[in-house]
This record gives sequence, C-alpha cells and structure tokens, in this order.
Amino acid sequence: MAGSSSSSIMDNLFQRTLDDLIKSMRLHLLTESSLISKSIEDIRREIKSTDPQTKSTALQKLTYLSAIHGVDMSWAAFHVVEVMSSSYFSHKRIGYHSASISFHDQTPVILLITNQLRKDLSSTNHFHVSLALHCLSNIATLDLARDLTPDLFNLLSSSRVFVRNRAIAVVLRVFDKYPDAVRVCFKRLVENLESSDPQVVTAVVGVFCELSCKDPRSYLPLAPEFYRILVDSKNNWVLIKVLKIFARLAPLEPRLGKRIVEPICEHIRRSGAKSLVFECVRTVITSLSDHESAVKLAVSKVRELLVDQDPNLRYLGLHALSVAAPKHLWAVLENKDAVVKSLDDEDSNIKIESLKLLMVMVSESNVVEISRVLLNYALKSDPEFCNEILGSILTTCGRNVYEIVVDFDWYVSLLGEMATIPHCQKGEEIEHQLTDIGMRVKDARLQLVRVARDLLIDPALLGNVYLHRILCASAWVVGEYIQLASDPLELIDALVQPRANLLPPSIRAVYINSVLKVLSFCLDCYINQDEDTAASYGNSEMFVVKKDSEAPELVATCEGSTYEQDEGFNPRHSTAESSDDLSVENDTDRVTHFSKRKFTHETVVSLLNRIESIFGSLTANQDVEVLERARNILAFVQLIKAEIIDNSGQNLGEKYTQVSTVIKSIRHAFSMELGPVSISAQGRVAVPDGLVLKENLDDLKAICGGDIEPPSSSTFYTGGPQFGTTLDGSSSNLLKNAESGPSNESTSLLEHRKRHGLYYLASDKSETFTDDYPPANDPKSNSNEADELAKLTEQSLLLKKRTNQMKSRPVVVKLDDGDVAPIPYKRPEPRDNSLSGAIKDVLLGSETHPSLSLDKSSTKRKGKKKQGTDIPSEMKENLGDAEKLDPENPNSSSKNKERRRRGKEKIVEGGESDQRGKKKSSHRHGRHKTHQRANSPLNVVSQTPVIPDFLL
Amino acid sequence: MNTQGKPRLAKFYEFRPVEKQQEIIRNVFAVLCSRPEHVSNFVDAESIFGADARLVYKHFATLYFVLIFDGSENELAMLDLIQVFVETLDKCFRNVCELDVVFNYSKMHTILDEIIFGGQVLETSSTEVMKAVEEISKLEAASSAINLVSKSVSSWRSR
Repeated sequence: MAGSSSSSIMDNLFQRTLDDLIKSMRLHLLTESSLISKSIEDIRREIKSTDPQTKSTALQKLTYLSAIHGVDMSWAAFHVVEVMSSSYFSHKRIGYHSASISFHDQTPVILLITNQLRKDLSSTNHFHVSLALHCLSNIATLDLARDLTPDLFNLLSSSRVFVRNRAIAVVLRVFDKYPDAVRVCFKRLVENLESSDPQVVTAVVGVFCELSCKDPRSYLPLAPEFYRILVDSKNNWVLIKVLKIFARLAPLEPRLGKRIVEPICEHIRRSGAKSLVFECVRTVITSLSDHESAVKLAVSKVRELLVDQDPNLRYLGLHALSVAAPKHLWAVLENKDAVVKSLDDEDSNIKIESLKLLMVMVSESNVVEISRVLLNYALKSDPEFCNEILGSILTTCGRNVYEIVVDFDWYVSLLGEMATIPHCQKGEEIEHQLTDIGMRVKDARLQLVRVARDLLIDPALLGNVYLHRILCASAWVVGEYIQLASDPLELIDALVQPRANLLPPSIRAVYINSVLKVLSFCLDCYINQDEDTAASYGNSEMFVVKKDSEAPELVATCEGSTYEQDEGFNPRHSTAESSDDLSVENDTDRVTHFSKRKFTHETVVSLLNRIESIFGSLTANQDVEVLERARNILAFVQLIKAEIIDNSGQNLGEKYTQVSTVIKSIRHAFSMELGPVSISAQGRVAVPDGLVLKENLDDLKAICGGDIEPPSSSTFYTGGPQFGTTLDGSSSNLLKNAESGPSNESTSLLEHRKRHGLYYLASDKSETFTDDYPPANDPKSNSNEADELAKLTEQSLLLKKRTNQMKSRPVVVKLDDGDVAPIPYKRPEPRDNSLSGAIKDVLLGSETHPSLSLDKSSTKRKGKKKQGTDIPSEMKENLGDAEKLDPENPNSSSKNKERRRRGKEKIVEGGESDQRGKKKSSHRHGRHKTHQRANSPLNVVSQTPVIPDFLL
Repeated sequence: MNTQGKPRLAKFYEFRPVEKQQEIIRNVFAVLCSRPEHVSNFVDAESIFGADARLVYKHFATLYFVLIFDGSENELAMLDLIQVFVETLDKCFRNVCELDVVFNYSKMHTILDEIIFGGQVLETSSTEVMKAVEEISKLEAASSAINLVSKSVSSWRSR
C-alpha cells in the first residue's frame, strides 16, 4: 500500500492494519499486554500523521483495542473529530464509530462535532446521514440535541425510510437529553404512527414504548393509535411493543382495559409466535387482572408453557405464574404439580423460580408438607440451591413471628434437621430462630432441648464452620432450659468434649457458660435431694439404676422424685407458669420425659473433678472471654468441691448449708436474668401471675439482700421491676447478661449484682433497637396491667383474620408478642397506608398539574400541552384542513363545533366542563389533539368512530 | 465473547468507562460459564446491571452471544434477535465461525448497527440487513479505492 502523498511515507508504507494487529495478537509472539503497549506506541505516532489513511487506520486499531481489550482512548478524542470530518466514507465511518464508543457527556471536544453532524445529517447520501444519526443516538448531549433538533425535525418526514426510522429512533435520546425538543418533534413523531411503512411504525412504537416507561399517563391520549396498531398490525415485533405500552396504560384507565382485552385474547388464541403469546399473557396478568376470562385464558397458556420441552418456555411460564401469584393464587395452586416438578430441573433459573412459587403457596395447612418436600430436595441438590431452599424455608416460616407455624415441635425438629444437612450454610439464621423460639414459645422448649442435645452430641457438626453458630444456640438452649433435659450429665460431657476446642472463642465462651448453668443445676438437684431425703427420709422412691454411656460408675435414676426436684427449680417455674400450667406440665412433660438422675456424692465429685481438670487447661487461653469464664467456673468448682468433700462425712441435715446457699443464689441468679425474658409471654398474657412474680422477686430480695432492687427500679423500663425484666431482649443481650452473671458470681455475689445491673443498663439501649416489637408496646402493657386481660380478649374478638389466627394458637404456642403485638401491629399499618396514600395523592396530583414540571417527564407533558398553543401556525393549518373537509363530511359540522370549543379550552386550560369531570377533560383535551392529528391525513371518517368508543 | 471469556465484540449503548466495560464482561462471563448446556437462556442480570436488567444469551460453537435488555423488551423476541444476528453473520461470511468474528471487527459492527440502533431494535429481517451491509461495504470500497484499496477492506471482500 503506497502512493498516498503523505509526508510520512515510511509510516504509511509499514503501518500495520487492524488485521495485522489482530493476527499478531493471535500468534502470541509477545504477551498480550506488551503487544498492546507496543501497538499503542505505534498508534500514538501514526495518529498524528497528516495522511488521512494512516490516521484513520491508527484510529481504527485504537478503537479495536479500546473495545476489546479495554485500552483507554480518551486521549485521542481530537483525532476522532479529525477522522470524522474526512470526506471519505470509510474514514468517516471509522471516525464515527470511535466517537460513538468513546465520547460521553464530559468529552470536551464533543462541541466540535456539531457542525460536522449537521453537515452529514443533511447529506444526500443516506449512509452518511445514517452514520451521523447513529452517532447521535449514542452520544447526544444536551447541546448537541438542542442544536440539531431542527435538522432532526426535517429528517422525521424524510421520504427515505432508511433515514426516517433512524431519525425516529434518535428522537428518544434527544428527548431524554433535551426535553424541549418534544415541542418541535412530537407531532411529526405521532404522524409517523400513521405511516404505511412497517419499519417506520416499528421504530415509532419502539420509541413510545421506551417513553411510556417513565410517565405512561402522558401517552394515554395516543391510545386509539396504539389500539389500531394492536388490531391491524401483523408484525409481531410491533405487537409486542404495543402490548408493552398497553400494559403500562391499562392500569391508568379502566375503560381502556375493556377495549383491549378482546384483541389481546384474540392474539393469544390465534398467534403462533410464542413471544407474542407470552407478551399477551404477561400483559393480561399484570395489567388486566380484573378480566377474569382473559386471566383464565392466560393461565391456561401458562400451563402449556410449563409442560413444554423448551426450558426457556418453562422458565417463562413459572415467571408468569409468580407475576400472577399475588392476585391469582389459584393459578399457582392449580399448577402445583408442575411447579414441584420444576424443583428438580437441571436449570437453576427454573429451580429458583419454582422455589419462589412454592413459598408463595405455603400456608398454615401445607407448611409441613411443603417443607418436607423441600428438605428432600435440599438434601440431594447442589450446595448453592440447597442453601437457597433452606434460606427460603427459614424466612417463610419465620415471617411475622412464625405466623404459619402451628406445630413448633415439628418446626424445631426441622431446624435440627436442617443443621445436619451437609451443605447447610444458614447457621446464623438457624441460630437466631432456635434461641428466638426458645424465648418465645414455651411449649417448644422441651423439643428444643432435645434437638439441641442431638446437635451438641453429633460430632460431625463441629467440623462445619457454618454450623458453629447453631452449636452456639444449642449450647445456650441446653444451658437455659436444662431443667427440661433428660440427662444433664450427658450434656456436660458434650459441652466439655475436647473437640469443642475447635470452636471459635466466642462460641466456646457460650459453651463454658452453659456448663456453669448445667453444673449449678446438677448441684442444686443434688443438694435439694439430699435435703429432702434428710427431711423426709425414705419417702423418695429409688428407681432403677440406668446405664450411663459417659460416666457409668454410679448413676441412679430417680423418676418418682420429680416432686422434690421441682422444689429445686421452683423459683424459676413458678415465675414461669401459673400453678395450672405447672400442674399440666407436671402431668405431661415431667412424668413422661423428665427422668432425672439421682446425683450421688460420687457422681458429683467426679463431675467436679472432671470440670476442674478440663477448665484448668483453659486458664491459659488467649481469649479474654474464654479465660475469664473458665477462671470463674474453676473458682466456683473449687469452692463447691472443698465444701462437698469436707462435709462428706457429716450429718445430712446440716451439710452443705453454705454451699447450698451459694448454689441457690446462682440458680436464682440464672432464673432472675434469663427466666423473666423467656416468660415474658406469660407475664404479658396472664397478668394475675404478676402476683407470683412479685412473690418471687421478694424472695430474691431477701436472698440478694436487696441488691437487686436499685438497678432494676432505676435502670429498667419505667413500668415496674417485674416488667422491666420481662422485656424480651434479643438473644445476644441474653447471652451478655449471662456472661456477666457467672463471671462475677463465683467470688462475691453482691458486688456483681451491681455490676450486672450496670451491664444490663449498658446493653439496654441496643435492646430497644434490636427489639422488633416496639417498646411503645410496653408502657401500654405496663400501665394497663389490670385491664390487659380484658382488653386482650376484646381484641381477639374484634380484630380480624390475622389476630384470630394468632389467638387460636396460644393454646399451643405462647407467643410473647403474638398476643400483645396485634395492638401495635394493627395500628401502624393503616397509618402507613394512609400516609403512603397521601403521598401518592400528592404525587399524582402534582403529575396532573403541568405547572409543577420538576422532572423531565412532566416537562414533556407540558411541552405537549403547549404544542398546540405554541405553534399556532400548525394549529391553524389543522383547523384549516378540517374546515376544508367540512362540506364533504356530514359529521364534521358538529365536530367542527367541538373543535372550536376546544380552541377556547386551550386558551382557558381545563375550562371544558361540560359532560365530564376535570380529570376526564384533560383526557379529552389530549384526545382531541390526536383526533386532530388523525384528521390531517386522509381518513377522517374511518378514524372518528374509534375514538369516541374508546374512552367515552 | 468466546467460551474462554475473551470478548470478541462488545457494544455499549450507554457510556461506560473502559474499566467498567471490562468488569461487566468478566461478570457476565462468570455467570455464563457456570451454566450447564441445555438450560434456559435467560439470566437474571440485576446483580450486574441494576434493577430490571435481564440477560439473554445463546451459545453457538465457541461463542456466546449475549444481549442485555430491560422490561421494554420481550425475552423470547430477544432470543430471536440473536438468531437474526447470527443468521445475518452466516449469510455474510458463509458458515460463520469465531475467526470471522475476530477478523472482521468493523464489519461486525456494521451488521450490529443495522439491527440495533442506539439501543433499539430497528431491523429484524436478515435480508434487509444484508442489503444495507453490502451497500455500505460497496460505498466504503469505493471511497477507499481512491486511496488504492486499504488492506483491511480488501481482506473483507475476499471473504
């Protein structure tokens, strides 16, 4: 390649073309990056050449590198302008191409191309025009749009379709950048809807489809035009676009829905094009959901899609269902089988979509069944989807405080099962729900403890990092509800097992804390049982010796001694339950499940020894939490042990007096801190129990020497100490409380109480935040203590569905919020609605008032409105047209009158107040405009019937 | 882009800085290559492109053809559009393969520009597109003939 009269002939001669560049890239002689940087060097030199060929080739290479390899080319902006202005088409093309990919609003040289664009827009060569339009469609800025609008206006009526449809498409970008262009171009744009050329119509409809995204209301007046296209057009592309437009317009104008529903159904029945059918279906279920027959037809089409071979169609079918779900749940239920089957699909899109649908279907009655199905799928699916499933089960079941869960024993076991699924990564959520249920649902605790025990004992779980949080929750649960456990010793073993060292310190700390709780419980039992035996010797029945896997030496089980043991944790339970409840629990839970060990002296001593040795090693732990707790527990053990061993020989009656006080206090301490939280449900529902509560508090006062008082009255919520403590805290707070408790107790109870109080105070703040259920609740429940019961019953009678649902359950489930929540729950909702409603009103209002033209879309409206008045010459033209037509058209005299009236309206905006309301007047107003536009072309008579039918 | 994640042709209808472009291409590829054969061609692209963005792709031999679009387009229609594009390429290059795409950077753009104009679908008939593309090629050849035929153009025409 030679011969060009260039000063840098060498450059030109040896310049590598884009092809050469690509070839050398493919040869891999150099690494890609070095090749690129070398080419850039060449390009930088070549692009400065005065030879247009060299320059454009260099630019082409640069453009290529920029587009494919992400090389920055902003530095070459000026050269782009140079190449664009070349008179050769091939150069020009390269220039325009690079401009359209590299220029943006901030490119400084963009102003330089205005004239070039104008020149090309008015070129006689339609490819030149096309290049310019193309460039404009990509990079038009406010300035460019403003300056070139007149040229564009001319092109909109170009006789060359090739140019015209491009000009139409550019309008979109120009309107976006320069809304005032609407005034000039909108009319021509609408005229093009009438075009006989399908390509032009495609382009115009496409533009309107995009425009209607932003402010559909403005385009309502054009509905008749779109309707005509919907009925007449054979082009699927156009039909799809028109449907999209109608999907946005129909919700705004109910009468429109009635008109379009029939043609749409017709398309559904007739069309062979899947894309069109699907679009029709989507339009029906999104925007015409009130037209039952249409929806039925659409759903039947969806069913066909669901069983199709093509995964795309299956996916879209499911997608359509999920769109329909909120309003037409029956559609989903009808296709339940197909949905469940889709869970097994190899396509993850389809799986996720069907999972969503299943979750929509879940209700109180089928939650068990669906969860079972899902869990089975979770077991055999890949990790990602497995967790997707688990996550959605958890959220669905946990929604609105376990609204749909009736059988909590089942749900708790389900949570346990989830934890044992190998891919499970939902540790945090499961942890939260386990502790949460523990606190909220009293009746589930027994099962909870069982599940927690299984989880703690399962060695496989320790290996999974994601499950550590679940173990943490389990440890907390067993510690907290140890009195429900069948075998405390076994739990201690699980908690102190060597592999627990694998856990992160924070969880280790919870473990240690739970050990303390379990231990104190055991000791408490042991001492009580001794005391009781001492008091009523021989009354307790000794039962079979059971085998213990962990510590088989001397373990006796005493089933009959439940009563005496009840005494041991009485404080806790009597606070927790009314006496009725207690007896019920005695009848069922205790007797059947509560086979408690009779602790012998030897068991206890060996237990203490074991704990001592294990925690001895932890006193050198790096983590402060672990270290401190281990130290405390160690100190506690040593204290107890010393006395137990010392007193071993003495008389049963007098022994352990000191120890028992300490242990009792600790037990009390635990019940004081954690018990109330867990019983808040009771505390709120059955206020008469407050008496019991108070008694217990008095007890505690005596024991703690009144130390408990100051913090509780001063730092807790305003409504009395017993309610202060009954506030349901988040689990983390609970744990914190628990942490502070044991860390102090071992040395001096008194002091720690105070510290504990402070601690609680500190965490108090966060509690109010984490609490889902507004504290606004509490003052209420506190102040109205006496009335509360009556009120609650009233509510249960008055409040509708949801509350009833809540109410029916407390027999099974005591939800601490469920019972009180309806008050705050119900209230905010309507308030929110009215609020948002008001906002909507204001928004809609402002939209209908063109004067508040803050955003582009409304300025657009304004522009359109003004169009008639602003361009009087045009209007005159049209009126003139109509008048000319008068003699030939019998209808036109009346119409003409109308039109004149409209002319007045335009002067006094919105003054048309004859048959319609104001709102409609704006429609009419707009409609007349289109009417008018429709008139200027030939078919006056054929057009008119459509319009009045339409919106009137 | 090809099955190794190398972009072969990319066109953005809204300006994105080049780094962002590369990142988007990488993200899209990461999504695509994780999908098995014979599954649906739609991907929820909201994580990459923001709300309401959908992605349709089609896999031909060593190439992925990807289209990103919003709620104003029909999914199945977009799938058809990829088909139209590929058909046109096929007519243009006779049995199009990845190499054709690699070596005909500017012709690819010509074709694409005929079909999609400023982000809007303008032409859906591959014969119409072919007509226009051929005319443009002729025009280019004519204009560069004065310049004694640039190498790149001549190599186009030899195909």
